[in-house]
Amino acid sequence: MTRLRIPATPTHVPPAMETEPNVALAPLPDPEAVRAEMLKIYPAKTGKKRGKQIVVNDPDHPPEIGANTRTVPGIITQRGCTYAGCRGVVMGPIYDLLQITHGPVGCGYYAWMTRRNYARPPQGQVNYMQYCMNTDMQEDQIIFGGEKKLRQAIKEAYEIFKPKAIAVLATCPVGLIGDDIHAVARQMKEELGINVMAFSCEGYKGVSQSAGHHIANNGVFKHMIGLDDTPDQAEFAMNILGEYNIGGDAWEMDTLLRKCGIHVTATLSGDVSYDQIKRCHTAQLNAVMCHRSINYIAEMMEKKFGIPWIKINFLGAEATKKSLRRIAQFFESKKLSDRVEEVIAQEMLALEPVRQEIKARCQGKRVALFVGGSRAHHYQDLFQDIGMEIVSAGYEFAHRDDYEGRAVLPRIKVDADSRNIEELQVEPDETRYQPRKTPEQVEALRAGGLTFAEYEGMMKEMKKTTLVIDDISHHEMEKLIEIYQPALIGSGIKDKFVIEKMGVPCKQLHSYDYAGPYAAFTGAANFYREVDRMVNTKIWKHTTPPWVRDPQAAVPLVHPSRSGGAKKPAASTWRKPAGDPPDAV
Amino acid sequence: MLDGTTATIKPREALRINPAKTCQPIGAMYAALGLHGCMPHSHGSQGCCAYHRSHLTRHFKEPVVATSSSFTEGASVFGGLANMTQALNNIFTIYNPEVVAVHTTCLSEVIGDDIPMMIKKATEEGIIPNGKVVIHANTPSFVGSHVTGFANMVTAMVKYLSESTGLTQTQKEANRRLNIIPGFIDPSDMRELKRIAEGMGVGFILFPDTSGVLDLPQDGHYRMFPGGGATVEQIKAAGDSLATLALGHFTSRPAAEELDEKCGVPAALLDLPIGLTNTDRFIHALRNYGGVDVPATLGEERGRLLDAMSDLHQYFHGKRVAVSGDPDHVIALTQFLVDLDMQPAFVITGSMGNHFETRIREILAEQVPDAVVEQNTDLFALHQWIKNKPVDVIIGNTYSKYISRVENIPFVRFGFPTLDRMGHRYFPSVGYMGALRLMEKINDALLDKHERECADEYFELVH
Repeated sequence: MTRLRIPATPTHVPPAMETEPNVALAPLPDPEAVRAEMLKIYPAKTGKKRGKQIVVNDPDHPPEIGANTRTVPGIITQRGCTYAGCRGVVMGPIYDLLQITHGPVGCGYYAWMTRRNYARPPQGQVNYMQYCMNTDMQEDQIIFGGEKKLRQAIKEAYEIFKPKAIAVLATCPVGLIGDDIHAVARQMKEELGINVMAFSCEGYKGVSQSAGHHIANNGVFKHMIGLDDTPDQAEFAMNILGEYNIGGDAWEMDTLLRKCGIHVTATLSGDVSYDQIKRCHTAQLNAVMCHRSINYIAEMMEKKFGIPWIKINFLGAEATKKSLRRIAQFFESKKLSDRVEEVIAQEMLALEPVRQEIKARCQGKRVALFVGGSRAHHYQDLFQDIGMEIVSAGYEFAHRDDYEGRAVLPRIKVDADSRNIEELQVEPDETRYQPRKTPEQVEALRAGGLTFAEYEGMMKEMKKTTLVIDDISHHEMEKLIEIYQPALIGSGIKDKFVIEKMGVPCKQLHSYDYAGPYAAFTGAANFYREVDRMVNTKIWKHTTPPWVRDPQAAVPLVHPSRSGGAKKPAASTWRKPAGDPPDAV
Repeated sequence: MLDGTTATIKPREALRINPAKTCQPIGAMYAALGLHGCMPHSHGSQGCCAYHRSHLTRHFKEPVVATSSSFTEGASVFGGLANMTQALNNIFTIYNPEVVAVHTTCLSEVIGDDIPMMIKKATEEGIIPNGKVVIHANTPSFVGSHVTGFANMVTAMVKYLSESTGLTQTQKEANRRLNIIPGFIDPSDMRELKRIAEGMGVGFILFPDTSGVLDLPQDGHYRMFPGGGATVEQIKAAGDSLATLALGHFTSRPAAEELDEKCGVPAALLDLPIGLTNTDRFIHALRNYGGVDVPATLGEERGRLLDAMSDLHQYFHGKRVAVSGDPDHVIALTQFLVDLDMQPAFVITGSMGNHFETRIREILAEQVPDAVVEQNTDLFALHQWIKNKPVDVIIGNTYSKYISRVENIPFVRFGFPTLDRMGHRYFPSVGYMGALRLMEKINDALLDKHERECADEYFELVH
């Protein structure tokens, strides 16, 4: 492959400290030209498809982007499968729910402790996240069916662990051979007297992890939420939806909310128990972090129980302030609002010096983010806190509404792949439906600027002419780095070392590179420091060896015995003898 | 931690808990990366490819590229031909590899996709450019393990590529070139095997070879297809070699058998050259079949290992060990532990194959006749046995660290995957130098625990 050459000394390494804000940078390349360059190599059909997924942004009129559509076969993609979205993302963090993957050994194995959702179960509670349980399906079961083995596996799991509930998760072969896991779950529920639920999250069910989120949302809603009506009696009780406690993010948020006097009933799904989920419908409010992975539950809970939802983001100081104020606004309590302002002031007192110091070193540096279904948006706030410029961003598995805003929802065409996933028909609960606000209150809150059930999406908050790329391919990532020469890329494990081989640091925004937490004010400080470390390290300066950088540089010879040390250079210094072949570069 | 694991062992027939194996395709993907200029291609749902790339990346901390047929429900119903054709077209147009190595997944196996037919069709349609090669291996996840998948892909290399040009035995003997099939070992190990063979002056073809592919230097440039890897020409020429050294019954024997059947190349079947005895056997075989002498420097390396073994014998002798991992690795390591006069008390693999138990029992017959040896088992079972009868040290892949922490037993990381330490990526486990490294790790683990926990009066300066 012909490749553009990267300058030997990467331009993103600053001299030492840049104290001047708004450092003059080379103007950004024409995004249309970048787009054309990315698409140039593709076969016609592939180019047409990818062309719809790469758009030049206009925040005032977000252009239509191709999203949640199939990945073209043969393209190196970041995306995973439906099982990963269901088992790995939404279900995985429920620590006291014993989960059995029905299928061959691999899927369960790869989903075993590879996401960093921390959990702190109470004393005496087994943390099932440390266990990988599966039916290790063999050829016999593929031919004759696997229901018998699944039934046996559930029995054995119950005998050994005596869990309060069991979930069964399907992998590709299960749907193909026609195992009825839901029937098995029903039988076992009756036989064992505990909740046993099944999830048809076969990998091929959707175009990405996203289908798996939806399937998990449906299952959690159907089989768990509302099983326990014991109310959360805290004055201000809310759920956080779409927060997975990677590296302890949810704990930072929880600590902050506690300081303000707000109680989190349940966090779906981060450090959360089955019992918490059973009663989470008693909270007053649902606050949604990751819109993509959990908006279904938010909507269904509103319909069934009357709990309104608002969008929040606790990544970034400004975003955190805004989110806290929105929550306080919802509860309509002066006491709470005052307390929130007090806490914000306290937290910012500690954070601001850190932010200012780091901003001086990071200001104006370019960054691009390709991750998740909300992180590529949320993390922009953190980077902007320290003055970095987002040149391009995109999601791995989001839908158009996550880019263009929920206003676009009625105009999204439902294709065959999306139709595969069941849409639950939800009605208000006969006894438990209880709108948390009167229509008048809602109206007043809206007038005061609080938006309900609304997500504006990524594009409205990104600058004009930035490039928005959905499901970025390996080839497009390479081109992007060559052309933009960003100081940092936020991405995932599969891209990380590709990017770093090109001399550009890559921050994993799924696993946080085994660091974090980054949420709330305390987490923001961690993130600023981490970015500062990455974009200002000297490591990349060593990429070119000294003999290549300056082949003629002399290494002075000394006579230590005469000079008493390496102070005076000797009369002669060694130089490369004339006539030698030139250095290879 | 692992609070649900107790010493009470209840019967299990269906439930796998904490597996000591994973599925075929990841092994096939790793093997394919040992071909020069190769794009591994996963024919199935894209989640398989994503999981395998992620996991290999976590182990190697290197770019691992591979493509997928990205099945959705439609392909699962109607078959994956259209996906495969489109994939091959994209792969050759965009990434332009020399070889595409296709492996299947449980999805494409269950629906019965015929890969050779698809390759044939793509060839006829001109989708595969002239001079480019597409090979395939069937790697159903519901048969065998990642080890099987590795072996199947190496065998596919032979099936598709190796050729005998009809050299006579005399000509072969004059060439004195050997094939080395290294098994599922790290790039650092492959590099070490080549160093040893080159040092001995043996002519050889090593395949697959992931050194120079998955252990690349940082120089500011990314190359999708770097310099390393066995070339198509080399694997083709393997059919004309004098003999094959197949390292590992599970990972290398099938390819060696195929090469013998197809091209008439006889093979010496050896255990992985891990530890003293097995490295001796490897070097002895290289010497005999390569027609060379063992250089003095290699003899000195051996001598230094043996010196360490005698110097430190007291710390190893009689220590009870729990070993888990891939069968070829565990077989070879068990031999080394016996060389060190240790007591491998529990020896397990998650993979299947009677040869595992037979070979381990052979190795342990004299020294540890009552050892628990089991194939097709898991880390949950191993943990329960350890709870019933503790050991002095646990050796296994990263997943075993949880058992080590709960039971407060020293732990040595060994084998695939190692997700949380750097050593395997740079330092080999094979050869005499690799054996020294393993010894150092075991000794450090044992002494570190002793020195952390012993009473002050027993805390000594010198060991």
